[in-house]
Amino acid sequence: MKPAPFAYLRPATLEEALAALAGQQGAKVLAGGQSLVPLLSMRLAAPSTLVDINALPDLSHVAVSDDGVRIGALARHAEVLASREAAERQPLLAMALSHVAHATIRNRGTTVGSLVHADAAAEMPMVLRLLEGSVDVASVRGRRTIPAAELFAGPLESTLAQDEIAVEACFPALAPGAGVAFQEIARRHGDYALVGVAAHVETDGGEVTRARVGFVSVSDVPVVVDVTDSLDDPASAALAELEPADDIHATAAYRAHLVKVLTPRVLADAVHHARDRKKS
Amino acid sequence: MTTKLFGAKVPRVEDQRFLRGQGRYVDDLLTDDPRLLHAAVLRSPHAHARIVDIDVSDVLDLDGVVAVWTWDDLTGPMAEPLPLLIPHPTLTHGRTQYALARDEVNYVGEAIAFVVAVDRYVAEDAVARIRVDYEHLEPVVGIDAARAARRTVHDDVPDNVGARMEQENGDARAAIAAAPHTLTLDLDIERSACTPMEGRGTVARWDPDTSRLTVWSSTQTSTGVRGCVAAKLELDLAKVDVITPDVGGGFGVKVVHPWPEELLVPLAAKTLGRPVKYTEDRREHFISSAHERAQQHHVEVGFDDDGRVLGLDVEFWHDHGAYTPYGLIVPIITSTQLLGPYKPQNYRVAFESLYTNTVIVTPYRGAGRPQGCFVMERTMDAIAAYLGKDRTEVRSTNFIQPDEFPYEHGLVFQDGRELTYDSGDYPASLAKLKELVGWDEFEEFRAEMAAQGRKVGIGLACYVEGTGVGPYEGAHVHIETSGKVKVATGLTTQGQGHQTAFAQIVADTLGVRFEDVEITTGDTRKMPYAVGTFASRAAVMSGSAIHLAALRAKEKALRIAAEALEASEDDLEIADGVVSVKGTDASIDLGTVAVLSNPLRYAFDEASKAATQFSVGDPGKPPVAEDDEPGLEGKDFYSPPRSTFANGMHAVIVETDPDTAEITILKYAVVHDCGHLINPMIVEGQIHGGVAQGVGGALYERMAYDESGQLLNASFMDFLMPYVTEVPTSIDIDHLETPSPLNPLGIKGAGEAGVIPSAAVFAAAIEDAEGFPITAMPISPSELFELRLAHADEPHPTSPSLGS
Ligand SMILES: Cc1cc2nc3c(=O)[nH]c(=O)nc-3n(C[C@H](O)[C@H](O)[C@H](O)COP(=O)(O)OP(=O)(O)OC[C@H]3O[C@@H](n4cnc5c(N)ncnc54)[C@H](O)[C@@H]3O)c2cc1C
Repeated sequence: MKPAPFAYLRPATLEEALAALAGQQGAKVLAGGQSLVPLLSMRLAAPSTLVDINALPDLSHVAVSDDGVRIGALARHAEVLASREAAERQPLLAMALSHVAHATIRNRGTTVGSLVHADAAAEMPMVLRLLEGSVDVASVRGRRTIPAAELFAGPLESTLAQDEIAVEACFPALAPGAGVAFQEIARRHGDYALVGVAAHVETDGGEVTRARVGFVSVSDVPVVVDVTDSLDDPASAALAELEPADDIHATAAYRAHLVKVLTPRVLADAVHHARDRKKS
Repeated sequence: MTTKLFGAKVPRVEDQRFLRGQGRYVDDLLTDDPRLLHAAVLRSPHAHARIVDIDVSDVLDLDGVVAVWTWDDLTGPMAEPLPLLIPHPTLTHGRTQYALARDEVNYVGEAIAFVVAVDRYVAEDAVARIRVDYEHLEPVVGIDAARAARRTVHDDVPDNVGARMEQENGDARAAIAAAPHTLTLDLDIERSACTPMEGRGTVARWDPDTSRLTVWSSTQTSTGVRGCVAAKLELDLAKVDVITPDVGGGFGVKVVHPWPEELLVPLAAKTLGRPVKYTEDRREHFISSAHERAQQHHVEVGFDDDGRVLGLDVEFWHDHGAYTPYGLIVPIITSTQLLGPYKPQNYRVAFESLYTNTVIVTPYRGAGRPQGCFVMERTMDAIAAYLGKDRTEVRSTNFIQPDEFPYEHGLVFQDGRELTYDSGDYPASLAKLKELVGWDEFEEFRAEMAAQGRKVGIGLACYVEGTGVGPYEGAHVHIETSGKVKVATGLTTQGQGHQTAFAQIVADTLGVRFEDVEITTGDTRKMPYAVGTFASRAAVMSGSAIHLAALRAKEKALRIAAEALEASEDDLEIADGVVSVKGTDASIDLGTVAVLSNPLRYAFDEASKAATQFSVGDPGKPPVAEDDEPGLEGKDFYSPPRSTFANGMHAVIVETDPDTAEITILKYAVVHDCGHLINPMIVEGQIHGGVAQGVGGALYERMAYDESGQLLNASFMDFLMPYVTEVPTSIDIDHLETPSPLNPLGIKGAGEAGVIPSAAVFAAAIEDAEGFPITAMPISPSELFELRLAHADEPHPTSPSLGS
């Protein structure tokens, strides 16, 4: 379990980093390393060059504004989780992050890295989809913003080009009258979810005007289903768009069952959340 | 007077070192030596294949590669199969692998080539350059496939059967036929593994000047490794030293020896004249060390209206993997220890030990007992459910009673000796357990929880564990002139706290300060005669040997002190390292006694002047008497007539989520009897660790092989060893101390106890919560969900196996 040989660069500026990526077809970004290093060690990935972005300036921010929370590429999960302002502006961040791995891994792993890594079993890609956020990426060719709906291409595959660095993710603020909730079932505390469900509802005078549910680990990419018109049986509506599969930890039937159990619960939690926010 | 340490909760002295990262494990050794080389192994990616050709031509071109071996490069005994460690007459088709595969591979992970390079990175790069041509063969995976035998693992082993063995006491089938009630059960247990924190590892250094080989190995038997290395490398035993440094857990897997790497590393060191290190990585540990547990059982039982077992007939199928280096120990233990604390009037057991194209199966903590306990306890629960009786009542009816010891089962145990229990008090243990877990109050609790829409269940399981198997262990106790006591025993330490527990024994026996005692284990230079640390034997075997050796040293100390103090030996006592004449101020330090024990010609310091030729001795006699030796030492060995039998009972209360089928532990209780406790804190630590490991085996861990023999979860990401968040936050423990009559300290082993009843106790509690039988373990929420679906149409009895 030792990586194959690779060149290692630790650029001090974004420009250098982008140039290094552009000049090397086999170059890859190294952020927190919590997903990439195990892949290297098991020789499941063998990049020619690692471009370590940990020395880049001005990317560690968790910036909270009226619009939402902007998370820099070097902000660790733990820093995002610890930000009270972020949790106030978009409560789903902290709700979901507390399910991401264990404290030691959150201390190093980056939230933006998790988005780019695009694991359908990971919490934050689904959260970004559900909240309709986006990711800003840079390359020697310039900058662009990728909306969440266009970020996830397949299992462990985002739509970033090889020479692009995600510099920042934007999670929109929770609007007045809206509520969110998150629940997941994992085999062990901190494991990737067998099924994870988050809900986002908008209410108007106690009435639900829009309801959307996001799912972890029941399809190849994070899936969000609009259940506004099927609030009497949201789980069935969702299952029609999901592809739960068998693996060594659970059968597809069990995953589908968990979707049925969790979806109404999480929706109810989100409605409560919307109500509670109004009161306070 | 020194306070008695035997039985005291003395904090483990080794923990300071371990917790501060100051342990020294195999991988920490020789790291500063610039000549050190590192090894990596090419392993088979296929479960079953013939090797057509191995091409290593690209390997030596790589910068930093020093050497590569395949089977073709091995000569003499190294080219022969590895030893079959424990032969048995019924193991008619025993097979072992070669250090490097010869012309066939029989599991994913089997070693094929061995590369030595300047570091492990380069060694792995080199391994990736080896090209092997395979001819694929159909693999045999799982017990069903092995039994069906549509294909075989080894061409010359018909039906995949390595051994078939049967034992019977009485006439079980006739008794069942005549019994008022009968039941049949089919039960299943899956594979798991030891997975110690530290994997396997070996370092070797060859000294060309003295032609000596030094081997450091992460093993549970340094003498075993020494014997194998010397034989395979054709070296005189006296030229080979094996030292076991700190070991990060063994749990059984490291008693297997020699591993291919344990021979190839010394071979490489000797051939290349440079030290060589191999450190197994986690993936290698999963696919190329050892697993355990997989068995299928078919049980027939006949019983009377009270639930008294009149006849028990068990047939089982044991998956031993691709080879049988450890013989039949695991299934023999299952077949005998299945009986637990009970006395079925007639018992027959027959098993087949089967080949599969998977990793070898050798003892893992509990070593066949968890399966036996699962089978017997499921049977007891089934009888109780059938008769509508309380599960504890059925057990009581079948217990061996305290006045029936020694109890002979009429069977042969794993050590080739009679299965005879030495002592125990099972009714007293059960009474304690019921109290501890609140057995009689449980129905109230169940009703309370049901009112909140919550589902709970309670289960219990009892086991008896043969511990402290022979043949022997020895000890050497040396009282130095400083008064410090150096003790050597040959078995190894994998973190059990031997420095603490053994020092307690020495301090008490000799009357010295605990702090003055230093224990060395697993170093063949200090104690070449030893067996190893497994089968809960260290305290019983080495503890007894150390006690006996310390008595000898004490005897000598008293004799010399009596002379020096001009007193009778009977009037002397030793405390805190000082020998004194009772009731007087006359005294002498043990260190001074040690000085006097060794007549000197040359003084080397102030104290030693007292032993020089013009200071001591009767000039008319030889300085060392004819029947005496210089030095204040004692050496002795302990060899028991047979095993001593510890026992225990566990109970657990679980909650099963009606919606998600998640299983939560609400309460875990243990009553444990390992005879006299040397150190209750260490025993409880062993129980805590065992229970945690048992929770893993019952609810989380399994080896997920696919049909092609690939292990799908060969990492800690997918092999679900429980985190601290998954094990009970507290474990209630109560002890009973029924001494063993077989050894001088009255002790029994405690190392494996915590893990033995796990599968049984969780199955019982989940069954009790759910109302349908649990016949296969481990069980996951997904499986519980599927079982609920399968049983959905059945009427739901309120209190299934507890009776009304
Ligand atoms: C034991 C364990 C348990 C875990 N459990 C969970 C869990 O339950 N849920 C969960 O969501 N995650 C889990 N993780 C993963 C963890 O959250 C990772 O930290 C995260 O997925 C990736 O972040 P990173 O900074 O470590 O990225 P890295 O490992 O450094 O990189 C991951 C991938 O993303 C690319 N990348 C990273 N950052 C950028 C960037 N800014 N621009 C372009 N490309 C980039 C890399 O090139 C690489 O391909 C777990 C990890 C471990 C080791």
